[in-house]
Amino acid sequence: MSEEKQYTDPAANFTDEKEPSSLKLIFALGIAGFLSGILLVSAYLYTLPMIEANKAAALQKAIFKVLPGCHSFQSLALIDGELMEESELGEVTGKQQKKGEAPKKIFAGFDDQGKFIGFAIPGSEPGFQDIIGAIYGYDATKNMIIGFEVLESKETPGLGDKIFKDPDFQSNFASLETEPDILAVKKGKKVNPNEVETITGATISSKAVVRLLNKSLKEWKLPVSEYLRKNNMDLTNNLKK
Amino acid sequence: MNDKPRSTEEFLKGLWNENPVFVAVLGMCPALAVTNSAINALAMGLATTFVLVFSSLLVSLFRNIIPKQVRITAFIIIIATFVTVVDFLLAAITPVIHKELGAFIALIVVNCLILGRQEAFASKNKVGLALADGLGMSLGFTFALLCIGVIREVLGNGSLFNISLFGDNFEPWVIMILPPGGFFALGFLLLFFNWFIQRRKKQNETKTQEI
Repeated sequence: MSEEKQYTDPAANFTDEKEPSSLKLIFALGIAGFLSGILLVSAYLYTLPMIEANKAAALQKAIFKVLPGCHSFQSLALIDGELMEESELGEVTGKQQKKGEAPKKIFAGFDDQGKFIGFAIPGSEPGFQDIIGAIYGYDATKNMIIGFEVLESKETPGLGDKIFKDPDFQSNFASLETEPDILAVKKGKKVNPNEVETITGATISSKAVVRLLNKSLKEWKLPVSEYLRKNNMDLTNNLKK
Repeated sequence: MNDKPRSTEEFLKGLWNENPVFVAVLGMCPALAVTNSAINALAMGLATTFVLVFSSLLVSLFRNIIPKQVRITAFIIIIATFVTVVDFLLAAITPVIHKELGAFIALIVVNCLILGRQEAFASKNKVGLALADGLGMSLGFTFALLCIGVIREVLGNGSLFNISLFGDNFEPWVIMILPPGGFFALGFLLLFFNWFIQRRKKQNETKTQEI
């Protein structure tokens, strides 16, 4: 019986004390929130440059990885369905920023002789747990995917995360044809050059990757080929070098 | 001036006798979810340590200022602030681990271990004692997570801290790094701890009888 009495609501001990006014309570919490806000803002500002640098470094590393032999790259932004180089962007960004939307970006990679290799294109698609963010290398002249790298994923450790940890799965993307649409097939069943072998036990994650590639290619093929046509001169020049 | 041994006592109890995971069975969510590798478990433990120690410090400092009626809300504000700070810091310093732990960093806010220590200890004790208690409890938590993480990584991946242990011939028990593996590892550790505690209790009893 005595055990029952042992637990008393801690607040009950104070009922005989004078109840503080609501205003006082609001004031106390307000102060707490204010101090917490100051601390958070300063922590955010302090870490922001580091976080941005990490993200940029990860992206850069990924670009070099998905475009084999890539030595330097040029960011291209999609503005009104047209790809623009970042240097041309200056005049346009003002307009774009007013719309409040950052333009989508892809990256054109060049090798050490300045020869054009292909595009690194970021994309995202819901996976098993959360959005999978990835980037892939696209050789527009051969219409092929030449590399693939996951930037962001919360896929199941040990299964879904094989989409970026399993070298077998990664090797699917060394040279993958994109016409017609990329297909997901079971492991060991790959016959055609446009097929991806899924990971056993991680079919959903693997299929999400295939979906990501197909969707993204649909979106980018047109602007990319138009950009190539527009810059045909530059490209052939590069090739002559 | 009996404060020194008391604080050591408060520090040590969290490590073993009142271990938050193995004895009190608190904070199960991170103990099961992010212990699929030793390094993740360690990072989670240290992040929790940071939050718990600083929250205990602040709660103990302001224990006479915070009105009792809104104390839980105030504790949560304090805890959430430090959790967000940890989230930023991890993203800035070790983006890889931040990526691995994912949403579980933000979920430190609702780790009942932390709120429990504020309500049960820090809000009633002096700063020194609160710090000792927070540090002991969180190191006990880190130790427990590390135990689970080591078992799961060694069995489930054949490696420890990403260093391969058994060579290529080892077929990893994949289930150990999947969610069920967390339950297996935790279950066996709890079994071991309870067996240990019971045995010691019996020994003590026989001792007192002899006397």
